[in-house]
Amino acid sequence: MSRFWPLAIFFGLVAFLYVGLHRDPHEVPSPLLGKPAPAFALTRLDDPSTTITRDQLLGHVYMLNVWASWCVSCRDEHPILVEYVRKHPVEIYGLDYKDTRPEAVAWLEQLGNPYKAALFDSDGRVGIDYGVYGVPETFIIDKKGVVRYKQTGPISPDVLMNTLAPMIENLQKES
Amino acid sequence: MQMMKNLIFAGLMFLVLGVSTAPAKEALPVGDDPVVQARMMRLATVLRCLVCQNQTIADSHADLASDLRNQIVELIHQGKTDSEIMDYMTERYGDFVLYRPPMKTSTLLLWFGPLLLVVIGGAALYRSAQDRQRNVADETELTLEQKRLADQFLNRKSSES
Amino acid sequence: MIPEFGHFALIVCLLLSFIQVAVPIAGAQTGNIAWMRIARPTARVQFALVLFAFGCLIYSFLTNDFSVRYVAMTSSRLLPIQYKVAAVWGGHEGSILLWLLMLTFWMTAVSIFSQHLPESTLARILGVMGFISLGFLLFILLTSNPFDRLIPAADDGQDLNPLLQDPGMVFHPPMLYMGYVGFSVAFAFAIAALLGGDLDAAWARWSRPWTTIAWVFLTVGICLGSAWAYYTLGWGGWWFWDPVENASFMPWLMGTALMHSLAVTEKRGGFKFWTVLLAIFAFSLSLLGTFLVRSGVLTSVHAFASDPKRGVFILIFLVVVIGGSLSLFAWRAPKVGLGGRFSMVSRESMLLGNNVLFAAAAGSVLLGTLYPLFLDALGLGKISVGPPYFDTVFVPVMAPALFLMGVGPLARWKEASLPELAIRLRWAALVSVLTALGLTLITSHFSILVAFGLLLAIWIVVTAGFNLWSRIRPLPDSNLHPLQRLKGLPSSYLGMLVAHLGVAVFVVGITMVKGYEVEKDVQMDLGDIVEIGPYTFKFKGVSEGEGPNYRFQRGDVDILRNGEFVRNMAPEKRIYLVQRNPMTNAAIDTGFLRDLYVSLGEQVGNTAWTVRVYYKPFVDWIWGGCLLMALGGVLALADKRYRIEKRNSKVTTQNERTA
Repeated sequence: MSRFWPLAIFFGLVAFLYVGLHRDPHEVPSPLLGKPAPAFALTRLDDPSTTITRDQLLGHVYMLNVWASWCVSCRDEHPILVEYVRKHPVEIYGLDYKDTRPEAVAWLEQLGNPYKAALFDSDGRVGIDYGVYGVPETFIIDKKGVVRYKQTGPISPDVLMNTLAPMIENLQKES
Repeated sequence: MQMMKNLIFAGLMFLVLGVSTAPAKEALPVGDDPVVQARMMRLATVLRCLVCQNQTIADSHADLASDLRNQIVELIHQGKTDSEIMDYMTERYGDFVLYRPPMKTSTLLLWFGPLLLVVIGGAALYRSAQDRQRNVADETELTLEQKRLADQFLNRKSSES
Repeated sequence: MIPEFGHFALIVCLLLSFIQVAVPIAGAQTGNIAWMRIARPTARVQFALVLFAFGCLIYSFLTNDFSVRYVAMTSSRLLPIQYKVAAVWGGHEGSILLWLLMLTFWMTAVSIFSQHLPESTLARILGVMGFISLGFLLFILLTSNPFDRLIPAADDGQDLNPLLQDPGMVFHPPMLYMGYVGFSVAFAFAIAALLGGDLDAAWARWSRPWTTIAWVFLTVGICLGSAWAYYTLGWGGWWFWDPVENASFMPWLMGTALMHSLAVTEKRGGFKFWTVLLAIFAFSLSLLGTFLVRSGVLTSVHAFASDPKRGVFILIFLVVVIGGSLSLFAWRAPKVGLGGRFSMVSRESMLLGNNVLFAAAAGSVLLGTLYPLFLDALGLGKISVGPPYFDTVFVPVMAPALFLMGVGPLARWKEASLPELAIRLRWAALVSVLTALGLTLITSHFSILVAFGLLLAIWIVVTAGFNLWSRIRPLPDSNLHPLQRLKGLPSSYLGMLVAHLGVAVFVVGITMVKGYEVEKDVQMDLGDIVEIGPYTFKFKGVSEGEGPNYRFQRGDVDILRNGEFVRNMAPEKRIYLVQRNPMTNAAIDTGFLRDLYVSLGEQVGNTAWTVRVYYKPFVDWIWGGCLLMALGGVLALADKRYRIEKRNSKVTTQNERTA
């Protein structure tokens, strides 16, 4: 009966290939999910003398949005965040990744500032700690400081309404 | 933009100053220490550049790749071992960043698959040779009747020639 | 209008391919000679039509017709003319058309060089090939039409990827496709034999030359690709086990096993089960490779832009062709028969061992390439499988095959004696071990891997020499001089020796490069030097300039050996005007025993640059070895028994006589 093995193995292979057609080989899942958000101590974009640390943010649910003034798709995503913050009581912190202060500040002035505070990560070290490989990326962090979700790529209105907003609401209800 | 200005400036400087007449100087390695450099490159050749289409961070020109190379140098200076540096990378980027797949339950089939293929093939070879000994022997032996006919035919031929 | 003519030609071709599939195969089943005879002309007309369509596409490129979408995506006004032609196969649609062109070419070749084949066999072969061309025509016309118009027409094109603007692009894909697609002939022969129930030594004898030619092309194609990557990518690498590279390597491995298996089936009638399966596998891997490269399922520098719709189409095609052929195989396998018997120690068993190892190697490469996909599909996370895995796994599987390469040709058919072989080979073994050890000890540092690699290479050479000597040495009862005996040796035997020698050369190349290459990554300012061994590299600065469609920065580096000037090197960094990605062009000093490789890094000061300098010993033996392998294949083809003679008698089979 060994003559049927090649056929059987082939059909198994086809099943996997079919599933594979609907996956994205570029998408890298984050190993940080369910783990504490990595620590950081960064200066504010608008005030270099003030430092914000991760621990200061414990007890709040917040979005950490990684962006940069040189990032093209961040421009698409930004208005959505600005709009969202206007209507909902959500804290968004911006992580300005490998940028220059003047250009970043000007960018926010031009496009709007949805951030409770924008943090300046000039050399990208904090980005590396968070496993950032392509801006924009967004993390959702709960009250205990644990990373609950990571979005790679720009946030679409669809994703915001159906995935992120409900998740934030649920997390805010947690003690 | 900045790069372009630098290039033009460098080009003009080159033209203006001409070829250096200073005595030949041994080139400095990139970075401070060739040993550290070599170790960094060795690690970098097995780490994947996540923003590239299948390249190591040693070969990639991408910003993230060069940032990570610098990060590795810093970790080396901090006294981390190779395995600690690999852990650092996987903590942040997951197993995807390793070109050498880790040995886990989910990758057992991957690592032992080739050996398994050879063993299965070898077993099939052995059985095939054995089968042949038995079946072909049966197939090719002449029956008594066939033998008699063959003899008849051969005798007739030799008597004709 | 010309693009529309090309498009129309493909549509007519599609209709013809329906005929080519249905009529001859039905004719073969029913014994209708007229129907069977349709196969030859339809195959040839298909080729003419596809060639015409291809010509239309080339014309569109050469006339900068940016109203054709594919031309606008792949070409540009400033592109030099030879790259405009190469750009025809620079993107997905054009390269699939090239695939089809090669297929119809092989179909036509089979239709011409087949006077000795029974009509029904030929009908089935061309019918099967026609089925494949049908699939590809549907694929092109439904999902990948190179003649689609772009309205309004673009002013200028998006240019060919600068990495592809190189002589390598002119030769590598056509060679590669001639090989991949060439395995469709062996495949068609196998299917035809399964359909007709006449799988025998004659089938093997007919299949062999076609398989060998395809294998030669594929060997050259892969070799070119590797050499091209080496001099173009700027970091001295020549093989990365990238999914697309693997997609070409797997058919090669299967094809090598197939060639050896056909030899046994032809001479001894044995291995039919194996050989048929290998013929199906080799071409299946070609098709699978086509799927992997174009469906977006895997990430690779070489992959074409992905489109799941195309992926689904090819997958369905795979299921039909491969699933169909494996089903046919499973159904007909009991009728295949066993062939001659052989003992556990015999040339047959060693060749079978060779089959097992090469097939296992191909399977391992497939496993590694697809494993990330398996885990992801099962939701078990995302991993990467790269060179560390493949290097670790491939060498142990192949090493025994290299050992067998020495023993096999000396073993007798059917029954060989292990003690006798051991005696004949003991001197070869001793010489090999001593030479390998000796060589590694006199070099800079001893490495067990280098010693092992050299041992295998020397073993192959020594046993081949031994084998050759046993065939040409003066015999006591004849006064033939060895050279005279040499001339009398069959060309296929010499081909085998040359090909195996090529493998040895290849192994030496890899072993020495991996064992002893030196890389230095340095910052260089004007006048700085860096030394590797007896060589000194002196940096003299960087100048700027313009090429036909790019701007460059060119380094000026002198090489001295023991203080004396050897030559000047000019590594470049280029920025192509349209796509704006920086590209490095390394400067290489090629030598028989070593390459010196210089590539520019980044500018780090007013006049200082980072520069990478490599010393690569024996690296050109890698490609030299591959070319020797291909030469061996050519010699095997030149064997007298393949000379085409005019034959008057036509062979007919049972089907035709009784129908």
